[in-house]
Amino acid sequence: MKHLSPVNEKARALARSAESRASDGTPPPSAEPRADVVALDQQGGPPQQPQGPHVPLGCSTIFSPGWEVDRTGGTAGLCQPVERDLFDCHLGCFWPAQVPDQLNHAPDWTKKCAAAQKDWRKIDLIFP
Amino acid sequence: MSQFLPGDCHTFESAGRRFVYLSSSAAVLAIDDVSAAVLDIVADRPRSGDELVSALSDRYSRIEIEEAALELARVRALRIAAAPPARPAARVLPLTPIPLSTMVLNVTSQCNLSCAYCYEYGEDKIVETANGRLPKWMSEETARESVDFLLRESGQSAHLTFFGGETLMNFRVLKTAVAYAKTRAAELGKDIDFSLTTNATLLKPEIIEFLAEHNFGVTISIDGPPDIQNRFRVFQNGGGSYDLVAPKIRALLARHRSRPIGARVTLTRETLDVRRIYDHLTQEIGFWEVGFAPVTSAPGRSYAFGEDGFEHVLDAFRDLARDYRDAALEGRHHGFSNVRETLEEIHKGANKAWPCGAGFGLLGVSTAGDVALCHRFAGSDDHRLGTVRDGIDRDAQRAFLESHHIDHKTDCRTCWARPLCAGGCYHEAHTRQGSTLRPNLHYCEWIRGWTDTCLRIYGEIAQTNPAFLRQFEGVTHEAPQPS
Repeated sequence: MKHLSPVNEKARALARSAESRASDGTPPPSAEPRADVVALDQQGGPPQQPQGPHVPLGCSTIFSPGWEVDRTGGTAGLCQPVERDLFDCHLGCFWPAQVPDQLNHAPDWTKKCAAAQKDWRKIDLIFP
Repeated sequence: MSQFLPGDCHTFESAGRRFVYLSSSAAVLAIDDVSAAVLDIVADRPRSGDELVSALSDRYSRIEIEEAALELARVRALRIAAAPPARPAARVLPLTPIPLSTMVLNVTSQCNLSCAYCYEYGEDKIVETANGRLPKWMSEETARESVDFLLRESGQSAHLTFFGGETLMNFRVLKTAVAYAKTRAAELGKDIDFSLTTNATLLKPEIIEFLAEHNFGVTISIDGPPDIQNRFRVFQNGGGSYDLVAPKIRALLARHRSRPIGARVTLTRETLDVRRIYDHLTQEIGFWEVGFAPVTSAPGRSYAFGEDGFEHVLDAFRDLARDYRDAALEGRHHGFSNVRETLEEIHKGANKAWPCGAGFGLLGVSTAGDVALCHRFAGSDDHRLGTVRDGIDRDAQRAFLESHHIDHKTDCRTCWARPLCAGGCYHEAHTRQGSTLRPNLHYCEWIRGWTDTCLRIYGEIAQTNPAFLRQFEGVTHEAPQPS
């Protein structure tokens, strides 16, 4: 936790339990991913998957098992950076990416995301 | 669009820093400025993520605001309206058989004082002893059977507490019970220790010697300086007891030094001078600790608290609690035990499904050997949970625990102070609200006010002198003192 710090014994126990869950790979109890998401454009920088299994972010994990990783089980050999899948699948590809309804509901959801590789974190979270 | 709503928590500020107390877990967290700002504007009214960002974007970046909101939601300091409702906590009853840790033995129902407010003898008594079937004195045989019962039901360590009436009026049986308990515990390889509560009128050198020798935890019921003590704690002829007890207590304090000796004060609407009482008992008599409890009474008694009385006590408690805080920040001892007890619970993160151990870890035994919820109900047919001879009636015990679980106290469900209060004393509820099942709604504001005060003190100590809090870590060695 970045903004909250444990003070009493119970809070420390909670923090310890959350940490150990994170380090043995069990996902934390919320949708918030613990590790940063890394992709092709970061190759050459810090190691891609520093700890724990890397779950690629993309649209296809649900629909097409096997497609989201390359034949070596990594993401390096995929044809596109995973963050680009969001746009490519949703705009130009046959594959229906799970993105908000840009026509009626959330026309501006990508407004702050000028370059997907750099700005994908700024894409709005849209709740139904 | 999802909405962020206030969560199940209480925020407070201490020494310039903001904290949050989480009622679902009893965790205390320090929160940074952006989290505090998020909580503040959500407390005002529910906000969507965008509204949060636009309200706070002059001070913080969007990422900071969203991260903080998500972290707060994760610990349930905020709720997300679109999220599925949090699963209600599973109601977990303790494993049975439940080890008994403290047995309170009412060795007599007789008393040589006639305190008008006494719950055992006064206007609100539960058990009719005057001409009833209960013996006035516990027999040696019943005491032995009770000790066997305790050692049968306990885990490795057992606490035996003697209570009355006036406990020392049956010193003869107390003495034999201690000897028997020590022998039996040694044979069984268990640890046992002893404590008692007394009004001090019958202390004399042999008894003091005995208490010191057997390392008794001693609690003295006393209300304060002469004018206050003699207001309610009187003999049958109406004469005050101060002059008799003060020298005896001093003699006890001088001889018995292996365990801290505490005073237990009953506050009434007529005796509310908390600071004067505390100063007298610690400085002039020499008690290590003083604990205060408002009198238990049905509403309308002349000594009962009204709304203003509770408020007054809270102010007086806060005033004295500041002294405790100042001492703690410098690492010194202060004897206001109400603060110490609450700080210990806060530090450990106590999160209670029942207000106290009555009915499982703690049981009371009447002079006849009936086992009850606690000493305050000992001898009451309606609250019997077995006898020392036949053991605990497990069905009755389970039914009691099931029906008194905090989840059944609808008024408590949304209260942020419930981890420490859990509805409050069963006996108080029985007397004031008519049933042990009901929460003590007459003192909710007082409990919340007091918990908030202690949280602030806790926050300040945690920041400035965290070493002071180490005394609260690990196992609690002192058995709770019945009052």
